[in-house]
Amino acid sequence: MSGRYETTVGLEIHVELATRSKMFCGCRVAFAGAPNSRVCPVCLGFPGTLPVANEKAVEHTLRIGLALGCDIAEHCLFHRKNYFYPDMPKNYQISQYDSPLCLRGHLDIPSKTGSKSIGITRVHIEEDTGKSQHVGGDGRIASSEYSLEDFNRAGTPLVEIVTEPDIESGEEATTFVTELRALLEALGVSDVRMDEGSLRVDANISVRRAGEIEHGTKVEVKNMNSIRSVGRALAFEEERQRRALDEGSPLVQETRHFDEKSGATSSMRSKEHAFDYRYFPEPDLVPLEPSAHWVADIQKTLPELPPERRQRFVSEYGLTPIDVGVLTASSSTAAWFEDAARAYAGDPKKIVNWIIADLFGLLNVAGIELSACRIAPPQLAALVTMVDAGTISGTQAKVVLAEMFRSGSPPREIVRAKGMEQVSDKGAIEAFIDEAIAENPDVADKVRGGNPGPLGFLVGQVMRKMNGQANPKVVNEILHAKLLS
Amino acid sequence: MSGRASTPSQEAPLQWRTATELARGLEARELSARDITAAIIEQSNAVEPVVRAYLKSTHERALESAVAADERWSRDTTLSSHDGVPLAYKDIFVTRGVATTCGSRILESWIPPYDATVVSRCEGAGLTSLGKLNLDEFAMGSSTENSAFGPSRNPWNTDCVPGGSSGGAAALVAAGGVPWAWGTDTGGSVRQPASLCGIVGVKPTYGRVSRYGLIAFASSLDQAGPMARSVEDAAALLQMAAGHDPMDATSIPREVPDYLEGIDEGISGMRIGIVKEFEGGGTQPGVRSKVEDAYRRLEKLGASLEEISLPSFEHGISAYYLIAPAEASSNLARYDGVRYGYRQADAADIVAMSSRTRAEGFGDEVKRRVMLGTYALSAGYYEAYYGKAQKVRTLIIEDLERAYSSVDLIVSPTSPTTAFKLGERTSNPLEMYLSDIFTVPVNLAGNAAISVPCGLSLDDGLPVGLQLIAPALDEKTMFRAAYAFEKDLGWAGTAESRPPL
Repeated sequence: MSGRYETTVGLEIHVELATRSKMFCGCRVAFAGAPNSRVCPVCLGFPGTLPVANEKAVEHTLRIGLALGCDIAEHCLFHRKNYFYPDMPKNYQISQYDSPLCLRGHLDIPSKTGSKSIGITRVHIEEDTGKSQHVGGDGRIASSEYSLEDFNRAGTPLVEIVTEPDIESGEEATTFVTELRALLEALGVSDVRMDEGSLRVDANISVRRAGEIEHGTKVEVKNMNSIRSVGRALAFEEERQRRALDEGSPLVQETRHFDEKSGATSSMRSKEHAFDYRYFPEPDLVPLEPSAHWVADIQKTLPELPPERRQRFVSEYGLTPIDVGVLTASSSTAAWFEDAARAYAGDPKKIVNWIIADLFGLLNVAGIELSACRIAPPQLAALVTMVDAGTISGTQAKVVLAEMFRSGSPPREIVRAKGMEQVSDKGAIEAFIDEAIAENPDVADKVRGGNPGPLGFLVGQVMRKMNGQANPKVVNEILHAKLLS
Repeated sequence: MSGRASTPSQEAPLQWRTATELARGLEARELSARDITAAIIEQSNAVEPVVRAYLKSTHERALESAVAADERWSRDTTLSSHDGVPLAYKDIFVTRGVATTCGSRILESWIPPYDATVVSRCEGAGLTSLGKLNLDEFAMGSSTENSAFGPSRNPWNTDCVPGGSSGGAAALVAAGGVPWAWGTDTGGSVRQPASLCGIVGVKPTYGRVSRYGLIAFASSLDQAGPMARSVEDAAALLQMAAGHDPMDATSIPREVPDYLEGIDEGISGMRIGIVKEFEGGGTQPGVRSKVEDAYRRLEKLGASLEEISLPSFEHGISAYYLIAPAEASSNLARYDGVRYGYRQADAADIVAMSSRTRAEGFGDEVKRRVMLGTYALSAGYYEAYYGKAQKVRTLIIEDLERAYSSVDLIVSPTSPTTAFKLGERTSNPLEMYLSDIFTVPVNLAGNAAISVPCGLSLDDGLPVGLQLIAPALDEKTMFRAAYAFEKDLGWAGTAESRPPL
C-alpha cells in the first residue's frame, strides 16, 4: 500500500530560548510558578510601554541559524502580527515576517541510506503568549464559563524554525525532531522540554498518489506533546488521508488537534476562516543588524554538533551507527558516555552496552533523565573494570549498578560493604570443592564415569558454600582437574 | 510694541512669570516654591471654569512637593535650577498612582503603576505637577472636541477651540494656569494648539525625547514636546527630558547639546527657506499677513530668505492619514477589557465582551481611525495604501534633505487658520484634518520644529503662530532663531500676550 502513496511533511517548531530575561522586558524567564508572578508593565502590554529587544535572545537565534547552516540577514525587521486573543497582552505579537534573521539552512538526519538533508526555510525570533485556563465547558474558550489568564510566559523569547516539505513520513519527522532537539541541546539555547512546552512541534502533512506532481490537501496537526506523539499523530494522519484517497472522499484543508489518549486527530477549524494578521513593521523597534564581527564570533564558539559527533564516535570509538544514534540523541548522553569511556582502558563498546542495556533501564523505571542520575561516569568505568579483573561477576555487577544508581556510592565501596569480592584463590576454593565432593559421592562418581552433566550441580554447591563469591571459572577448572582428568 | 519688550516681568504677578524667571527668583531666595505654587494654583482655579483644561488636578500634592522643594533650597540640596517650579502634563503621559485616561472612557478607571520617562526626569529635577490636562481622545484631533470628557476652550475667545490634541495644555499655559507643560505631537498636536493659543510649542526630533510612558497613538510619529510662554522656557524644559532612554529602543543614543548656550547669538547670516508649495493653500489672510510680517522681521534680523520647493509635501496629509491610523489600529488593540480599563461586563462571551467594551469605550474619531488603519493594513490593500504612504514618507525625507543643503531652517505658518469655533468642524473630519497641513510633513520626516507666536490676527484678534522647521537634531539652531524672533517681536511677557479672560 505504501508504494501507492507519497507523504509530504513540513514542520514548524517553536523553541523557547533559555535566556535569563524575557524578549522585550527584564522579567525572569522560568517554567510554572505562581500565576502572574513574573510580569511587569511591559509584558502586560500596559499603555505607554515599549519593547526593547533582548540581545542574548538574538545571539541564541544566531547560534541556531549558524548551526543549521543558514544565511544570516545583515538587516532584518520585527513585524507586528495582529490578532485578538486574551492571552496576548497587546493583541499583537511581535514577530518576524518577510524579513527573518536566518534563511535557507539544512539539517542532516540519519536515514536508511546513511544521511538525508532536510531543508530549513527560515529561523526567526518572536515572543511567546501567556496561558489561558478556560474554566467550565470542554476546556476550549467558546464553551467555557470564564477564563483565567497567566502572563508569566508572555514575552518569553521564542524561535520559530520552519522546514521545507522534505520529510516523507511520520518516522522521518520523529528522527528530525530528535536530531533538532539534540542540536538545540548541544547549542545550550533551550531546555528543549516538550512536556513543559519549551519545544513545540506543529506539522503540515499531505498525502498524494505516487507519481502525482501536485501536493495533496494540506492538513496542519497541533498538540503533539512528545517526540513519540509526533510519530503517532503523523502516522494516524497518513493513514486517515490514504483511506480518504482510497475511498474517494474529499479532504479539507484544516487544522487538526492530536489527542494523546485516543491517538487520533480531530478537526479544530477549517482554513476557510483564515486570519488576516495585518503584518506591518514594528515601529517601536529599530531594524536588527547583526555585525559580521558578532556573527563570526558566534560561529567560532559553536560546540561540536551531533552530525560531526556521530562521525567522530564511529571513527574514534569504533561504535556501530545504531549505538551512535542512541548515544548522540542527546548531547548530555553523549558527553556522559565520553566521560565514562575516557576513564576506561578497555573496549568502549562495553561501556556502551552497560549504558544502553542497563543504565537506561534504571533511568526508565525511575522516570528520570541521565543528567539527573547520581552515578558519575568514571564510576561506571570502575565497575566495568572490576568485572574485567574478575573482582565481581557480571551478575553481581548489575546488582552493584542498581545500588550505585540508588545511593550514588562508588562501586568499590558497595562491593566491599556487601562482601562481594570474588574469591579466585585456588587453595581456598579447593577446600570447599573437596567438601562438596565428599558430601555428594554419587554425583562425583557419575562425573568420574565420563558424564560431565552433573558438574554444574557441584559448581552450584561450591558457590552456595562460598556465598556466591567464588570465581566460577576457577571452580570449574579445579572440578575438571579433580574429576575428569 | 518693541518698547514693551524690555518690560521687567520680575514685577509681573507670579502666575505670569516664565519658569526661567521663577527659577531665578528661587535661586535668589526672593521667592518660595510654596508661594509660586499657591499663586499659580489660584490662577489655575480661577480660569478653569472657563478654559476647562484639567482632567485631573493634583494641587494638594503639588503644594506638599513645593514645601519639600523650599526645604531643599534652604539646605542647598536642590535637584536642579528649576527645583519647585510647577508644571503639568497632557493626560497622555503615564503617571504612577495618578489616573491617566488619554481622554478616553476606555481608560477612565486606570491608575498606572509606573511613571513615563519624561515624568520621572522632570520629577527628578524637582518640578511639581499640577495635574493632567485635557486632549482629544488618544491624541486624535485638532480641537480637544474629541475628548470623552468635553472640550477645553481657547482663553482668547472661549467660543473657540484651543486647538489640539494638546489643547488643555495650550489653554492652561496661555491662561497663566501653569508656566509650562508637556504635550505630544504626532501630526501637529503641540504646535497647532500652541499657535492657536499664542504660546510656544516644540516638536523635537523623533527619538530625542523618550516615548516610554507616553500612551501610543502612532508610534513612528509620536514625540513629546514642551509648551511654554517663552522660547527660553521651552528650550529649558526640553533640556530636562531629552536624551537616550534604555527603555525606548527608538530614542537616539546621542549627547544632548546645551540648548540655552548661545541661544541669544542672533540669526545674522542664517539661510531660511520659504516653501513654495505652502503658498496660498487655504491660509487665512489674517494669518498670512502676520506670517509675512514675520518673514520680513527675520530678514531684518540678518537672515536671508529664499524660496524652496518641497513637492512631496502636498501628499503629506494623505500619507499621514494612512500611516497614523494603521499604527493606531494596532496600538489601540490592547484596550479589550481583559486586563485594565473599562470592561463591558454583561457580555456573554469573550468576543462580545471585547467588542462591546471597545464599542462603548471609544469615541467616534478613534473608531474612524481604527477602521481606516485596519483597512489600510489588510491583505490586498497593504501595498496600495500603507506601502505607498511609506514611499511618500521617504520622498518627504529626501525633499527635506535636498532643501537643507541650501538653507538652515524652513519657515511657514503653523496653522492655516486662527482658532475656529467649537462645533465648526466636528461634522467634517476632512476639514479638521487640514488644520495640520503645515505640521504633518515634519512628523513624517522626523525633524524638529517649533511654533512661536507672531502676534494677533488683524481679522479676528486671535493668535497666529510661525513654524520654524529644523534639520533632525538641530534644535539648537531652531531655538536660536525662535529666540531672536521672539525677542525682536517683543510680544512675549507683555500684557498684550495675556488673553483677556
